[in-house]
Amino acid sequence: MSALAKLLEHPALWRGNTLAPVRTASVASGFPRLDRELPGGGWPTGALTEILVAGHGIGEVSMLLPALARLSSAGRWQIWIAPPHAPYAPTLVQAGIALARLIVVTPEHQCDALWAIEQALRSSVCGAVVGWLPAARRAVPYAALRRLQVAAEDNDVVVLLFRPAAAGRESSPAVLRLSIEPAAAGHLTVHILKRRGLPAEAPIHLNLNRHHAVDRRHPAKTPARSIPTGEPIN
Amino acid sequence: MTDAHRVGIANDVALAKGIRPGMALSAAYALAPSMHVKQRDRLREADAIEHLAAWAGQFTPNVVLENQAGLLLEVSGSLSLFGGLEPIMTRLRTGILALGFTASMACAPTARAAWWLALSGKETVIREHDSLAAKLAALSIYTLGWSSDQLTMLTAIGTNTLGEVMALPRAGFAKRFGRALLTELDQACGRIAEPRRFFTPPEQFEARLELPAAVEAASALLFAAKRLLTELAGFLVARASGVQHFDLLLEHDDLPPTVITINLVTAHRDEPHFTLLVRERFDRLTLPAPVYAIALRAPVLTPVSGVNLTLFPDENEASTDWTRLVERLRARLGAAAVHGLTIVAEHRPEYVVRAAEPGTQPPPLHFGERPLWLFTTPRPLLEIDAKPFLRGRLALMAGPERIESGWWDGNDVARDYFIAQDEDRSLLWVFRERSDARGWFLQGLFA
Repeated sequence: MSALAKLLEHPALWRGNTLAPVRTASVASGFPRLDRELPGGGWPTGALTEILVAGHGIGEVSMLLPALARLSSAGRWQIWIAPPHAPYAPTLVQAGIALARLIVVTPEHQCDALWAIEQALRSSVCGAVVGWLPAARRAVPYAALRRLQVAAEDNDVVVLLFRPAAAGRESSPAVLRLSIEPAAAGHLTVHILKRRGLPAEAPIHLNLNRHHAVDRRHPAKTPARSIPTGEPIN
Repeated sequence: MTDAHRVGIANDVALAKGIRPGMALSAAYALAPSMHVKQRDRLREADAIEHLAAWAGQFTPNVVLENQAGLLLEVSGSLSLFGGLEPIMTRLRTGILALGFTASMACAPTARAAWWLALSGKETVIREHDSLAAKLAALSIYTLGWSSDQLTMLTAIGTNTLGEVMALPRAGFAKRFGRALLTELDQACGRIAEPRRFFTPPEQFEARLELPAAVEAASALLFAAKRLLTELAGFLVARASGVQHFDLLLEHDDLPPTVITINLVTAHRDEPHFTLLVRERFDRLTLPAPVYAIALRAPVLTPVSGVNLTLFPDENEASTDWTRLVERLRARLGAAAVHGLTIVAEHRPEYVVRAAEPGTQPPPLHFGERPLWLFTTPRPLLEIDAKPFLRGRLALMAGPERIESGWWDGNDVARDYFIAQDEDRSLLWVFRERSDARGWFLQGLFA
């Protein structure tokens, strides 16, 4: 019996009805409800995480900011590879990301982006590698992702890759795959498509809790036309 | 190999045909009419020796150019640093091989003895002073670089080895062959000190390598480039410096040379890393014409700070260094594609963010509610019923925030910013232009 218990402590083995026991350090996502569902209690290090999302601007990056800020405050470097638009630095500062520990890479082609991600993983400099692999004419081959997974192994690095929703139909070597979609009132719905251990049953609702200025239930009442442009400010 | 119409060096085939060094070239042609003759180029030889001297400076600061034909290294002070004589000799041998040369090496307690042993082609290591005379005694007098007159006289009195010469009476020897030769013998045995002028490496690095054949593919140049980079790395260790910038010049026949400039984030002298960066550049290079020679120029040397002053770069240290990652990415993607971010005190959103060198500390500034992605050029939106429209009607969630600034440089803005939500529940940052060109614009996304 004790031999069996010992065997089950091996990180590559888990029972079908529990979450995999993950020994490697993970980085808390900053959302307790999400952390409870992630093996290791956060974004895994030394392995690929895929986030499948249709389009931009639903809060997919905001979801990562708490973890990225935590790594930043620990003095770790992070590298953003092929972001879809120019990251707006004041927002990053506000979220707690140290600009002095951020590298932004804007390659022209997706093959260069994959190469850059691999270099970043191999260098073991970065605490986080965030990559965008949008839908391209040629889908990202499995072997390319496998290379990244191998490069990430044994490194203390969180690898977060944004991929199009359609990529959910292809198989992937990533140990964690999430699909996210917008929900009402500043919330995100997270479906865990793949994780180590028992499959997730219900989607998770996250309150991004950003934009204190935004109350989504009550849209700003002032229509633009009513702003008196010609009158004195007070 | 010939030197002034006399055979200088002959290979084994030539020796078998009876050709001997020192023989007149015409006599050699009589023995072997089909032989290949190469002219000795003393200038290039001296140049090569000088480059090797600069490279060898990494093993000891005391390097001597001996008669423009060889190098003397005083290594007694470097033994403990390198872990003994054997490691130094191994490093020298592999290093010289990597630079494209072969060396005849010898080691002895006196400079002249070491020089004579090396000239004789016997790879001897003598550590003890006592065994010096005995080892030297076996050397032939013909390999020591003595003049032919002296050699003829010595042979005439029946001496062929150094041991027989040293057995001659001192006074008579000095009278017949001159004081200079006696002094050389005394110096070899360590009876007289032999001070020498040490080589001073130049202030900047410049090296050139002619390729044996024209090269058409850039990737095939890597081998030659690596040779130059190895030389550069050794030179930099000797100078206790690093480089932040160097140029590789690929010389063509009638076109101006192709210049590859490598810029580094910080100055260092890590040869494997240099090679990696150059390889990335070569991989993406198409040559306008075949390359005949390759040159390396490092005009400015930067003293490297204490941390990097390890004699051989430590692998762990290199792998955790973020500057190496940035350099590697830039070598393939270009400098502009890899950057950090900083912010400046400015109200107009599109002017706030600047690309900066990674590691730049931004000033502590605070802004209002801002999107994550910003479009530098705002995208015009349709306006329907006084509301902005993008694939559907946009709901204004927060605002307005008025930004009116920049009248002094002509790019002034007068805008009211709102946070809007589209029908996919994405949050957008939109503004309404208040100046003459009215209308709604999309400037950012809250991702």
